[in-house]
Amino acid sequence: MTCLPVVNPTKKLGLVIDLDICVGCHACAVNCKEWNTGGHSAPLTDLDPYGADPNGVWFNRIHSFEVVDEDNDSKTVHFPKSCLHCDDAPCVTVCPTGASYKREEDGIVLVDADKCIGCKLCSWACAYGAREYDEDVGIMKKCTLCVDRIYNENLPEASRVPACVSTCPVGARSFGDFNDPKSHVSLLVADRGGFDLMAELDYKPVNKYLPPRPKQNEHSCAANKPKQLTPVATEKAGLFARWADKVLSL
Amino acid sequence: MHPAKSVILFTTASGAGYGMIFLLTLGQLLGILPFNSTLAFSGFGTAFFLIILGLASSTFHLGRPERAWRALSQWRSSWLSREGILAISSFIPAGLYALLIVVGQGSFDGLVIFSGLVSLMLCTATVYCTAMIYASLKPIPAWYNRLVPTSYLVLALSSGALLLSCILHFQGLSDLITDITTIILLLASLVTKFLYWQHIAEHRGRSSVGTATGLGKLGKVRLLEAAHSEANYLMKEMGFRIARKHSQRLRKITFISGFVLPVFLISLVGVLASTTLANLVMILAILMGTTGILTERWLFFAEAKHTVSLYYGAEKL
Repeated sequence: MTCLPVVNPTKKLGLVIDLDICVGCHACAVNCKEWNTGGHSAPLTDLDPYGADPNGVWFNRIHSFEVVDEDNDSKTVHFPKSCLHCDDAPCVTVCPTGASYKREEDGIVLVDADKCIGCKLCSWACAYGAREYDEDVGIMKKCTLCVDRIYNENLPEASRVPACVSTCPVGARSFGDFNDPKSHVSLLVADRGGFDLMAELDYKPVNKYLPPRPKQNEHSCAANKPKQLTPVATEKAGLFARWADKVLSL
Repeated sequence: MHPAKSVILFTTASGAGYGMIFLLTLGQLLGILPFNSTLAFSGFGTAFFLIILGLASSTFHLGRPERAWRALSQWRSSWLSREGILAISSFIPAGLYALLIVVGQGSFDGLVIFSGLVSLMLCTATVYCTAMIYASLKPIPAWYNRLVPTSYLVLALSSGALLLSCILHFQGLSDLITDITTIILLLASLVTKFLYWQHIAEHRGRSSVGTATGLGKLGKVRLLEAAHSEANYLMKEMGFRIARKHSQRLRKITFISGFVLPVFLISLVGVLASTTLANLVMILAILMGTTGILTERWLFFAEAKHTVSLYYGAEKL
């Protein structure tokens, strides 16, 4: 059924992505592709993979942006983007077949590969470009929040997180339950001012982004100002140094 | 947005078909058009052909057309599903009405009126649902507005009217009322499209690369490095640019070929003495109208910008 769950899901699983930490290495995207091409929505088809015009399905893409502030000071921000598992997910409600659905138990948005007719309307309804069409199979595919990892009892407990989270070398990605105010992800969002992408559309995305921290430079406020190195006081210097200072100052 | 040929054919052909059924049925119920079996056969025949052509064409857009029947299940939430159900169910009253007219030669009874009225409602509702498939998509400001269903409804009527007018001329059944109705509907389409283009120029949505990344608070944001080197599905489906380059010229083609020339040609037919010449002019009017509405629909898709483009270099919509 493509109506959204009426009851608020007991768990609301999602990701926090720290734009201050991400270095844009694309490891999350690569590990996502690696896991998911054998997972729930397998395969993540690649067409012409070694040819002149390769293209294929990826659930996670890393864009890099430049932000220039009022002082003409620029900052590079690497920006990973995957499905945000919105609370108010229009990709689910527009689906004519019931293939696209949001799970009541944890809020994960999935596609039932046996019901999808490949009409592509869900990808039009998604503001974030989270869904990619698999031309070869003729159906829509999307991030599953690694539903086949996070509950997988065959994996060691530490590995029961989405592939992108487990592989991030700098710890820019966190996974958890946003319904629990004491969870790591909820605390991070509260502490760092986590925000929604395109909040004006009111899709109520579950995934949150943490803003880059302010840069330390000459414009930083007094408390954050880096300590300046001051020259050693000349009167405490030795005889030779004072003589050299005088000669060189002539 | 990528203007898929199958979807352009679907929306224009089925729109004209429903518009024609609506006008033919309404004209007969109001006593303006005769209960004539030749007219009913040719009129409803053409309309059903166009609708079936449109519906069949829409399934070519699907990745898995053999599962198309599944699209009828989610009418509670999905406009596409509602459209599918109404499109199919409108065949029942419209088909029954057409059959009663063709077979019954217009013996005017309750069932004719009832099926005709139900058919009028279902045809309107189907075209409205087609438009709402697009008008319900928030990420595309050019579609997310009330002028989209209005223009779909008005254009369905005017394209249906143009076809019906041609059939009436061929059968010598046209008169001043039918010609003037067609001209009024074509002019109404022209005005609606003008208002629509004015609206989308002024309302481009609040989203920008700043809100899409959430970095707008920190300064001016621009894409520094693309996420991938080759075009992906999103860029092909939502990053279509050719029409935007020529949009002014294409809008002129829509106005002149789609609305102005057909109005002129129908007026011309009124003063022509020769029937053969008049029929040729009507065929020309149909050809012009078809070119115009196909251009209009192509532009409707191609001009619309999706918020995804903000992640691929666009600064605003």
